[in-house]
Amino acid sequence: MQCQAETVHPPRVDRKPHTRWPAELTLAIAIAILMAALSVLRPNFLNLANLVNLLRQISINGILAVGVTYVLLTGGVDLSLGSVVAFSGVAAASFAHPGQYPAVVPVLIGIAAGAACGAANGLVVTRGRVAPFIATLGMMTAARGLALLLSGGMPVSNLASSFTRIGGGSAAGVPVPILIFAVVAVLSWILLSQMRVGRYIYAVGGNENAARASGLDVRSIKMVGYTLCGGLGGLAGVVLASRITTGQPNAGIGYELDAIAAVVIGGTSLNGGTGGVGGAILGALLIGIINNGLDLLNVSSYYQQVVKGLIIVGAVWLDRSKQRT
Amino acid sequence: MPDPVLEVIDISKSFWGIQALRGVSLNVHAGEIHAVTGENGAGKSTLMKIVAGQERADTGRLHFRGRAIAMIHQELLPFPELSVAENIFMGQEPTRWLPGWVDKAARDRQAREVLAQLGVNIDPRRAMRELTVAEKQSVEIAKALARRADLLIMDEPTSALSEREAELLLRIIFDLKRRGVAILYISHRMPEIFRLADTITVMRDGRLVATRPAAELDADRLIPLMVGRALGPASRTPGAHGEIVLEARGLGRPPRFHDVSFSLRRGEVLGLAGLMGAGRTDIGAAIFGLAPATAGTILVHGRAVGVRSPAAAFAHGIAMVTEDRTEFGFVPDMSVKENVTLSSLGRFSLGPFIRRRVEARAADEQMIRFDVRAAGRGQPVKSLSGGNQQKVAIARALLADPEILILDEPTRGIDVGAKAEIHGLIAGLARAGKAILLISSEMEEVLALSDRVLVMREGCVAAELVPAATSPDEILRYAMPG
Repeated sequence: MQCQAETVHPPRVDRKPHTRWPAELTLAIAIAILMAALSVLRPNFLNLANLVNLLRQISINGILAVGVTYVLLTGGVDLSLGSVVAFSGVAAASFAHPGQYPAVVPVLIGIAAGAACGAANGLVVTRGRVAPFIATLGMMTAARGLALLLSGGMPVSNLASSFTRIGGGSAAGVPVPILIFAVVAVLSWILLSQMRVGRYIYAVGGNENAARASGLDVRSIKMVGYTLCGGLGGLAGVVLASRITTGQPNAGIGYELDAIAAVVIGGTSLNGGTGGVGGAILGALLIGIINNGLDLLNVSSYYQQVVKGLIIVGAVWLDRSKQRT
Repeated sequence: MPDPVLEVIDISKSFWGIQALRGVSLNVHAGEIHAVTGENGAGKSTLMKIVAGQERADTGRLHFRGRAIAMIHQELLPFPELSVAENIFMGQEPTRWLPGWVDKAARDRQAREVLAQLGVNIDPRRAMRELTVAEKQSVEIAKALARRADLLIMDEPTSALSEREAELLLRIIFDLKRRGVAILYISHRMPEIFRLADTITVMRDGRLVATRPAAELDADRLIPLMVGRALGPASRTPGAHGEIVLEARGLGRPPRFHDVSFSLRRGEVLGLAGLMGAGRTDIGAAIFGLAPATAGTILVHGRAVGVRSPAAAFAHGIAMVTEDRTEFGFVPDMSVKENVTLSSLGRFSLGPFIRRRVEARAADEQMIRFDVRAAGRGQPVKSLSGGNQQKVAIARALLADPEILILDEPTRGIDVGAKAEIHGLIAGLARAGKAILLISSEMEEVLALSDRVLVMREGCVAAELVPAATSPDEILRYAMPG
């Protein structure tokens, strides 16, 4: 049999202590430059009202980006988020008619619906050994179908004001969606950087075999990732339904890709194991600023799409070329 | 004598600091079967890869006076969905009418002719995946013939064949020899070597030890050349052993290994010797739950335990440092600290939260204890040297404080200094009462460190030996198939 010590390795030398330029820093600088440029071109960009509006616009994509970060970190992907947003929005709206329940009930139902979709994704991936791309592609179709079934294909309207205040209301002058996004971001940062399960998520994505050989329960850890992702999809669905005051079975189409784009721009690797919440937030922010800025500059939304596409590829390209050197 | 087909002149090669070949020179003539033998890690495969052009030598020269060199790998690399004929003529298909327009009829006809020359009866239109290993090998040889190769390199070609198939292959090889093809034949199997070879070259530690006409050698003269007399590490004084900690009864996972039974005591080092593929790693992987056994029982402290996963193994006080470091040993993007504490994070947590300061202190202590040389605990493990990566893997396993430690090739690919350190570490762990299962291809290592040695051959325990009363020669004799 093969001689063991002869396994071919590339020559390896001890490199200098690793000082990787963090992708977050590049992004923060890019955002700062962009904001400076926009404020010169359109002084009203820096209006408090516009900035609050900008944050409100990105809050749903931001929540989804944080959610999909969990799955991307394990080395998986979740394509079902857009459909999950619609399904959980419809599910929440169905329990949010006036005089029916206190608002907390539809909110919890929406989150639970999303978490159930995520858990189903996780089960198919970990127990059925179906590739995440395929498993969540199936869920993308199935959850959309569930949303249409549940709503009979019609928007679920006539929602209680206690429910619609979640998406439309403000607390201490700050729109509620922004507050929800902030809480999600902080809790997720704590989970990923301060808690054991967060460390395990990075380990599974970084080298699944080594994680297993280190005694980690890889399946359960992946289940946590998919379920959290689905649950945050459910939360985003609740916020969206509340803001547009209807449960729309056709809502959220393409949201999963916007979320993945934000995360990837933020430096999280699609191979898993590196990245984090900070990047996801900055990525969502960058996309939001570009949309907002191009709006202010009266650039057609068709151009906006082209620009967004270029930025997604450009950001990853930049990151790659840095790693190669 | 005519000029040799292949002249290898003073070839040296090193991989990340380890000298794999040192000044090797040999000649191969047309119609000669030249066997190359030696222990695992002697440098045979590296030499062959350099001859075949898959690796570049650091220094030295190669002269090849012929048309083509073909290499039959141990693990064949065919295109399983394509036909036999398509495989044989891959990249040089006969064409007509237009460049790139494959003349399928001519291709299939020529394939049939080549296969007939080899005396094998395979329909060239069959899909490659339907063939047996022996048939696939014949197709690989046909491929070499179709390319008019003057030099054929074969790396352990009979290792996956039944006796009858191997017999057929040997006949094909003799036939090629008659046609004037030069053959470089790597093998461990004595009977084969002596039947086939005109010339035998023995390699050891990257050096060419001897090249002799086969007629001048027999097994008793060959084995000492392979093993050498170089003394390895100073042997460990066996300590007093405690109670039995681990027992395997009739353990098996066919076809990798069968009916393996042994016991291991506190403070004891049990060596597992044998050639690659003899099932040693599989036994370790079964006890550690990476590839659970399908037969037999594992007992820890006399109680039968089911080890279906490494997590279960850790729960029973079993840890393993795996042979394949990059695959199982560490998470490359994670820091030294995060890797070292990965298996025992629960101890450094308060509820679900990591106590970062306690964790950092534990990581620093392990780094000092195992002399991990890194810029700091925050350095990613992927940027460390192989020896330091190995120390990280060992530090992680031991931080979980296992009673039973399985070490699979703990010093592979590690420079001499780090190797001695790891040997000292193993001796110290045994003194501290760990029960150690040591899997190693290096006979000196096994003999120096073990209290007892199990020799594996083709998935079975061939012998149990005591280092003081045995020799590398004897181990090798038990380990050799056939």
